[in-house]
Amino acid sequence: MGKIVEIEGVNKIYGSNHVVRNLDITVDEGEFLTLLGSSGCGKTTTLRMIAGFEEPTTGTIKVEGEPIEEKEPFERNVNTVFQSYALFPHKTIFDNIAYGLKMKKVPKTEIKERVLEMMEMVQLSGFEHRYPSQLSGGQKQRVAIARALINRPRVLLLDEPLGALDLKLRKQMQLELKRLQKKLNITFIYVTHDQEEALTMSDRIAVMHDGVIDQLATPTDIYEHPATRFVATFIGETNIYDGCVTSISDGVATVTLENGAVKVGCDDSFSILEYATVSVRPEKMRFSKTPIEGFELVAVVKDYIYVGSVLKCIVSLPNGNELKIERLAGQELPKIGSKIYPYWNPEDAVLIHNDSYKIFKALDEIRLA
Amino acid sequence: MEKKKSKHEFRGNTLPALVTVGPVTLLLLGLVLAPLIFVLVMSFCSTDEFYNVVYRFTAENYSKLVSPDYMKIYGQSLLIAFLTTVVCILLGYPFSYIIARTKNKKKKLLYMLVIIPFWTNSLIRIYGWRTFLGNSGWLNSLLLKLQIVSEPVDFLYKTGTTVLGMVYCLIPFMILPLYTAIEKLDGSLLEASGDLGARPIRTLFEIIIPLTSSGIFSGSIMVFIPCLGYFFVSNILGGGNTDMIGNLIERQFKSANNWPLGAALSIILILVTLILVKAYQKAGGDMDSLGL
Repeated sequence: MGKIVEIEGVNKIYGSNHVVRNLDITVDEGEFLTLLGSSGCGKTTTLRMIAGFEEPTTGTIKVEGEPIEEKEPFERNVNTVFQSYALFPHKTIFDNIAYGLKMKKVPKTEIKERVLEMMEMVQLSGFEHRYPSQLSGGQKQRVAIARALINRPRVLLLDEPLGALDLKLRKQMQLELKRLQKKLNITFIYVTHDQEEALTMSDRIAVMHDGVIDQLATPTDIYEHPATRFVATFIGETNIYDGCVTSISDGVATVTLENGAVKVGCDDSFSILEYATVSVRPEKMRFSKTPIEGFELVAVVKDYIYVGSVLKCIVSLPNGNELKIERLAGQELPKIGSKIYPYWNPEDAVLIHNDSYKIFKALDEIRLA
Repeated sequence: MEKKKSKHEFRGNTLPALVTVGPVTLLLLGLVLAPLIFVLVMSFCSTDEFYNVVYRFTAENYSKLVSPDYMKIYGQSLLIAFLTTVVCILLGYPFSYIIARTKNKKKKLLYMLVIIPFWTNSLIRIYGWRTFLGNSGWLNSLLLKLQIVSEPVDFLYKTGTTVLGMVYCLIPFMILPLYTAIEKLDGSLLEASGDLGARPIRTLFEIIIPLTSSGIFSGSIMVFIPCLGYFFVSNILGGGNTDMIGNLIERQFKSANNWPLGAALSIILILVTLILVKAYQKAGGDMDSLGL
């Protein structure tokens, strides 16, 4: 697999607004890469820069090894599926899908053949003569995708393409998109704020926050080994606490939290007396009725929330913080108000460098000097 | 947002129709319909030898209207109105596009440039053009001084001069509907077009013009129809060489003092207008954007 899109040191500044900061991403051929983040994190701007609608303030973006600024948008092997679909309202579905081929002056018989084939692929056969206003949201979405894919782009950019659809349709379209992407072997760069969507569809996810990529990794890595506090809280539910590393032995750190010490698996990058954040997914949490060695947390069961397949147990710690513990429905559970000892397998928890640690350290150094 | 149904708010508090819409209806009947009926009646009246109106039915006025001399003036009217409309589109479209696509302060400034001339009487502005273009006017003085020409150029009293004046007077009526149509145009459609491989010129003809055709359409109607009746422009800048239907009507009422003939001409002009508006409506035009 070769590199198809290379983003190097890209910054985008609008007036006093630094939207994208020092962005470096390499996208492999045939990959499904998702830019994930909340609104205003710079993900759409990044996509628009790859599409050539916006110019980076600094840095370069290369597609197929060539810097994009050397080519106009209409000369590139990149197509976009817009958030609002951007279907041409005065053209029929056939003409909408045929637009790209018509611009490339493909012979009419070939256009017809390819459009009909594409319409079949996105399950829109028979809609040729309708207008966009006569279609449902999901159908419009398919037209938008077909209109982009018919040009056989090397890279397809999708800007929240499923944002306007209802949940059920969205789930269905997620699978369809993934199927199309595998079938056509086209590189997809996908923008979304929906973390579940990102986890379901992507080969790799770039989690963006304030114009910076916090983590670029596979969905499993992102979920199980979040690199920053933001990634841990943004993707899935988690129990997250700040503390100080008090000892490390055999890849297990003892971290002292406000409510007592806990054990967390860690790597070599951590040192004793470092401020760090502990993240434990609710489904990895366990509890016992008797104290567990190495864990000093004591909690009181506060509430149960039934969500179908699992039962969420809310427990509160002495300082008022709450923990979420997930249990399969049907398991035996302590009564509300009873005392429990939460713990976990140290390997199941994640230790994250705390950004504020650097500030504390710098302050310490200033004080010492 | 959910709109509250006003029906419920006014229940039990409705005023009789006579009080609410009555005065407006009276106003319209008295000031619009009655004069129109009067014009219609007048167009079938005869005149005595001193051109006083005699209320005796005749269709003679209408039969006079098909004489070749009048035909020539109808043709000239349509030609001037057509040229004016075309020039207004060609000049107004890019300008409207620029206003619609610029932002904030600059946009307001450009918009004001269209509106400000309205604050001066159009008759005075047209006289201004005559002073500017006349044989001893500014333009000729400048050309003579720069020795580009050796004697004054006759700018005035030509079809082109009248068209110039018409365009000058009527272009705001083209720009405003065009601006509204272009403003509504979704920018992402243009991006999509470029993204799919269209060069800017293709995007113009494939996307921008078709999607703003309603604006071109209503702008054209709003320029073409008044153009047929703006007799003063043709009077001042055309000097009798570019007579239009409006001039004919004016002359019948003023110098020729043949009111019935003038009324018949007016009826013809009203009919032409109605046909054009009807055609506009038939072609899917939006009556609201004409302000009718």
